[in-house]
Amino acid sequence: MDVLLASRLQFAAAAMFHFLFVPLTLGLSFLTAIFQTLWLKTGDEDYKRAARFWGKLFLINFGLGVVTGITLEFQFGTNWRFYSQYVGDVFGSLLAIEATLAFFLESTFIAIWWFGWERVNPKVNTLAIWLTAIASNISALWILLANGWMQHPVGYVIRNGRAELESFTAVLTNSFAWWEFLHTVPSAYVLSGFFVLGVSAWHILRKNELSLFKKSFRVAAIWTMIFSLYLIVEGHIHGAEVAEKQPTKLAAMEAHWVTEKGAGWTLFAIPDEENERNLVEFIKVPKVLSLLAFHDPEAEVKGLKEWPKEERPPVALTFWSFRIMVGLGMLFGLLSILAYLKRNQPENSPRLLRALIWNIPLPYIAAQAGWMVAEVGRQPWIVYGLMKTKDAVSPLSSIQVGLSLPAFIIVYGILGIICFWLIAYHAKKGPEPSITFTEKPIKESI
Amino acid sequence: MEMNIFQIIWFVLWGVLWAVYFALDGFDLGAGSLLYFLGKDEKERRVVYQAIGPFWDGNEVWLITAGGATFAAFPTAYAVMFSALYTPLLLLLFSLIIRGVAVEYRNKHESQTWRSFWDFLFFLGSLVPALLLGVAFANIFKGVPIDEKGLLQTNLFGLLNPYGLLGGLLFVFCFATHGALWVAFKTPSPFNERAASLAKKTWVVTLILVIVFWAASFVATNLWENYKKVPILAVFPLLAAICYLMVPLFLNKEAYFKAWACSALTIIFFTAWGVAGLFPNILPSSINPAYSLTIFNSSSSPLTLKIMTTVAVIFVPIVLAYTFWAYKTFSYKITEKDIAY
Repeated sequence: MDVLLASRLQFAAAAMFHFLFVPLTLGLSFLTAIFQTLWLKTGDEDYKRAARFWGKLFLINFGLGVVTGITLEFQFGTNWRFYSQYVGDVFGSLLAIEATLAFFLESTFIAIWWFGWERVNPKVNTLAIWLTAIASNISALWILLANGWMQHPVGYVIRNGRAELESFTAVLTNSFAWWEFLHTVPSAYVLSGFFVLGVSAWHILRKNELSLFKKSFRVAAIWTMIFSLYLIVEGHIHGAEVAEKQPTKLAAMEAHWVTEKGAGWTLFAIPDEENERNLVEFIKVPKVLSLLAFHDPEAEVKGLKEWPKEERPPVALTFWSFRIMVGLGMLFGLLSILAYLKRNQPENSPRLLRALIWNIPLPYIAAQAGWMVAEVGRQPWIVYGLMKTKDAVSPLSSIQVGLSLPAFIIVYGILGIICFWLIAYHAKKGPEPSITFTEKPIKESI
Repeated sequence: MEMNIFQIIWFVLWGVLWAVYFALDGFDLGAGSLLYFLGKDEKERRVVYQAIGPFWDGNEVWLITAGGATFAAFPTAYAVMFSALYTPLLLLLFSLIIRGVAVEYRNKHESQTWRSFWDFLFFLGSLVPALLLGVAFANIFKGVPIDEKGLLQTNLFGLLNPYGLLGGLLFVFCFATHGALWVAFKTPSPFNERAASLAKKTWVVTLILVIVFWAASFVATNLWENYKKVPILAVFPLLAAICYLMVPLFLNKEAYFKAWACSALTIIFFTAWGVAGLFPNILPSSINPAYSLTIFNSSSSPLTLKIMTTVAVIFVPIVLAYTFWAYKTFSYKITEKDIAY
């Protein structure tokens, strides 16, 4: 098997699999923290049990997020040796800082929270879950600063045959990275919000723990609507940022072949990459692409033909991923408004509740599609405009990668199935009764 | 690239990160590899998990940080080392992934088959990383056959040479002792007597292995060369030896925490011995010393190293402070209440 292709597939598998668990970690940690804080403030047992219930689901999910993250850090070295050598001076430090600032905090305080439930006082315990949530979001910031640099490299100079850091401030204030952060993290909140809404809906339909799940529903409905609507606005600005900084990605996202002023926007198309055109175009609105991308109906939008074939990303994949993401984003806006309107009496809207259950997987699909746009749309560059993916791959033998790629798929596949099965098992089982343990030395029972 | 003080600082920090990682994750890997010896039935095994439950994740972050620091401070060494050691590294990663999931998921379902399944993976996922880390570091000490392009001129089996395997065995037994001591400290009597008696046995095996390893290092590696040049460095192996010999003294007094702490110090000073012997190499080439990756030909720019140093100076003390606090919070002996989680 071709080492480059296999390495790309392996990285894609590892990154996409990792990102099945990351969003719920980023959002459910905060929601759990909110439930626990509400318990502290009101003394309502429902909130206490809710914190423990959602926290348990968070924890099952968190475990896989952590272990699959280690792989990603190491894969830059194992499979992308020349990338690591060429840009390590800029890129490596961001990963190291992420570990130092975020991972220690996250792993230590999640243990304090879960194992310290009856060991530390409730206020410290609540602080611990807040710190866990903040730490996982800090980690997202640093990894997105790193990814943002690959998308739009800044603050470096080519010296000693590699990219060397020239301005750390430029790397930290990279606007592309910040827009990525302001897009990715809230989308994780939307996913988590819909997760809580969906699981709550399942129990509310069955009249199970009605009081606890109605409270969960209410909090999640407010939370989800805020971030779903925010994302529709932010997504638009974000798109304009891509148009400015990554014109090839924009052209691929829109399957836009010929440079023109006042470019039209196509709802659906079947791109024909061989012949540099779209086979079918369905609903084309004049001037809208120029307007969306540059806030000017007459603006010029560069088409894919502007670049040689070997400098274009895969068009169909980028185009369709983008449409799936945006379409789902609109649906989430609508659904979250409905959930918000019914937040106080959700049990009276069984159809909405059923829709929310079926909706649980959709934000996952949207998140994966979003990353497809970001990463596939950046091709053929590993660092946009600076280094091509094909120049970055390690000098491995095809046997090595030919064995490791299926190993990844099999191991990750099995672990993924187990994880989601376990989450579903505990989600359906519902919250534990409030137990107070009796202090009894262990020797009596062993 | 000119030599600068930051390259030396980061070499020292690189060594410290690995040392702390081995001293911390060493005990939970060790406890896992002794799972079937420490816990004879379901409930006893649950105690073993409980003894490492709040700690293992934080301990593993030291590995991530050591990896990240290698990338940030010595990107060329990171790139060459990780691609050259592709297969063993991926085996290490798979083991750690499966192990992490095992610890987290084992108690999340009541079925006995479920638990036995994860127990086995936890055992395997603890034993294999200990072995692989030992093999990898012994090979780094010895030097690996990389050519002028940094390409490895051997395969996985070439790394499984006698010295590499000796290093692997040493890590397995050293971590097992370390883990047994931790379990003895964390569990109440009479459960901890079994752990203590296991620790005594593995301690003897480790002692023999380390003597053989040090002797073999004279033949297989150049590690002792630096000690001839700078004799004061000999405090590292000396302190390692002293701390190691104090372990059984505390063990016999049933002062398990002190015994564990001595074992941790042994690991730290032993790592210091190896890293000091390696200087200024990070990955020596056994083909030609000119191909070796050193802190001088593989480091980041002075600016990056300066920034990293600032981050380390500010945040590592904070990390150490809350890690210490968390260890203190969880330093109690396990009770019935705890294994309900």
